[in-house]
Amino acid sequence: MTETHPAPNGPSGRLAITNLDISFGSRKVVSIDELRLDHAEIVGIAGESGSGKSMTTLAILGLARTVGATVSGSIEFDGQELTTLSQDDLRRIRGRRIAAIFQSPSTAFSPVYKVGAIVTKALRLHGATKPEAADRAAEAMRQVLLAPDLLRRYPSQLSGGQLQRVAIALALALRAEILLADEPTSALDVTVQAEVLDLLRDLRDTTGMSVLFISHDLAVVAELCDRVAVMRNGVILEQGPASQVLSSPADPYTAELLDSVPKLATTK
Amino acid sequence: MTSAPDAAAPPLLRVSDLSVHFGPVHAVSKVSLDVAAGPFGLGLIGESGSGKTTIGRAVLRLIRSSGGSITFGGQDVGSLRGAALQAYRRDAQIVFQNPDNTLDPRMRIGTTIAEALKVHRVIPRGGIPVRVAELLTEAGLDPAFAERYPHQLSGGQRQRVAIARALSVQPKLLVLDEPTSALDVRTQAHMLKLIARLRAERQLSYLLITHNFGVVSELCEQTAVLYLGKVAEIGATDVLLNSPAHPYTLALRSAVPEVDVASRRSRIVLPGDAPDAANPPSGCVFHPRCPLAVDRCRTEVPQLREAAAAHRVACHRAEDVLAGAAMFMHQRTGKTPPPTATIGLGQ
Repeated sequence: MTETHPAPNGPSGRLAITNLDISFGSRKVVSIDELRLDHAEIVGIAGESGSGKSMTTLAILGLARTVGATVSGSIEFDGQELTTLSQDDLRRIRGRRIAAIFQSPSTAFSPVYKVGAIVTKALRLHGATKPEAADRAAEAMRQVLLAPDLLRRYPSQLSGGQLQRVAIALALALRAEILLADEPTSALDVTVQAEVLDLLRDLRDTTGMSVLFISHDLAVVAELCDRVAVMRNGVILEQGPASQVLSSPADPYTAELLDSVPKLATTK
Repeated sequence: MTSAPDAAAPPLLRVSDLSVHFGPVHAVSKVSLDVAAGPFGLGLIGESGSGKTTIGRAVLRLIRSSGGSITFGGQDVGSLRGAALQAYRRDAQIVFQNPDNTLDPRMRIGTTIAEALKVHRVIPRGGIPVRVAELLTEAGLDPAFAERYPHQLSGGQRQRVAIARALSVQPKLLVLDEPTSALDVRTQAHMLKLIARLRAERQLSYLLITHNFGVVSELCEQTAVLYLGKVAEIGATDVLLNSPAHPYTLALRSAVPEVDVASRRSRIVLPGDAPDAANPPSGCVFHPRCPLAVDRCRTEVPQLREAAAAHRVACHRAEDVLAGAAMFMHQRTGKTPPPTATIGLGQ
């Protein structure tokens, strides 16, 4: 496949999904006409279980086929078509340039290795030398406001919020351009959730990383995202600037999701 | 929600100076709570490790307390034996966060609910199928679900089954342990409506355990904020929401994400993580993370005291918080503190 090198922040956007269909046999589970993620942008995909938001993440990572789905259409990353890329070429992008964090950080880390070993292994696989890997791991830990000492601990010795921050640190250490965040705060306490959201926003500002943020909680999306796409049954019902979609939703389903957010009884 | 309970009426459940220790870990230290006769909701709110779940389990006598007492309808729960204990097991029920762990995957839904009815001999055996159908309907499910297995239901439907099973034995008290945390937001909203309806219809009392202020604000008259096994603040839920007297309550409240930009609060960032309960900080356990901490907080343990009528707080600086805590609020548009401010505190 021929490689093209458009300007990094070119008009095509960092990630552009067009006419993407994901099916299991004859059953179509995702059908997205268009979704874009630009440089240093945070885009939310809001939807419930079964809306196809996580399958979309897997397709971007080139992993949809591994769970038995067929993918058609286009996922373009920095001018490169991902859907037709060989597994070898994909491996150079996945994890390194497009990183992912998931809902349950405790299942994302092998319990038998210290977290530092996991982070440096990933860095080594993507070409860093041993001393480089150690330096970059420590630096990334500081970026996510954790003490580098924590790298010497096992996953079970860290809290859920700390582990999720280590997962983000790994993406940073690899200099990922895109972070796919699939419900990264749903399993966390609200205070820890607030910290992780602040962290993602700061990292976007300081590193220019783009984030595709997947959540069922529109309040979280409202706090974090520049743009939002509301998904249901595999289809994007509406998308646009978060402030606009959430203040005057065009689709009744979006309105229903908004109504579902528990209201704080504020009388003053 | 509605007004505070009648002070003269004896509480259904009284927890006095409850302590629960697991070896060196003081999971709960001298916690006192009252739950009025129904309909009444008491919210227990706090982060992981705050002891909220441990209190719920001690109340149900699923774990032994290390000190203090729990009385239910005037009876000491700790000394119940035989038939009296069996009756308490009927009167006090629990709904867990994750229904998958509490529903046997090999039992049909109807069998699961019927089992509770049989064990507690609530009704004659012949009436069980009809009763199961009624309970499923009451929980907002199709009675035909009795024939299904748990995996054929969605997470929200399984949680409704757990509620139907808890209600099958006509309990007076429910412990709802994060009943909606594993659910999608829209499913959570339906579940909150269901709990509100059931409490009115059945005059239920419950302890609602959660980390989300939004959930207690819809379902609980009173709320206790817990931090590291102690009550930081307790009072009417709307008072805690609108004029909290403890800085931790303010921080917890400010962390709740809100859709409406105008109603968003300045976020109060708490540096570090909750401390180790086996090795708690001196003085006020909250002081290492408290933006208002002064020397006194590092040495002297604050006792629960009246901040206002029926509103108690354990904080030396409650008056300052009530007078307007804006001075220490961290603007949400601002940056998180620099790394140096946080590193080391999480250990």
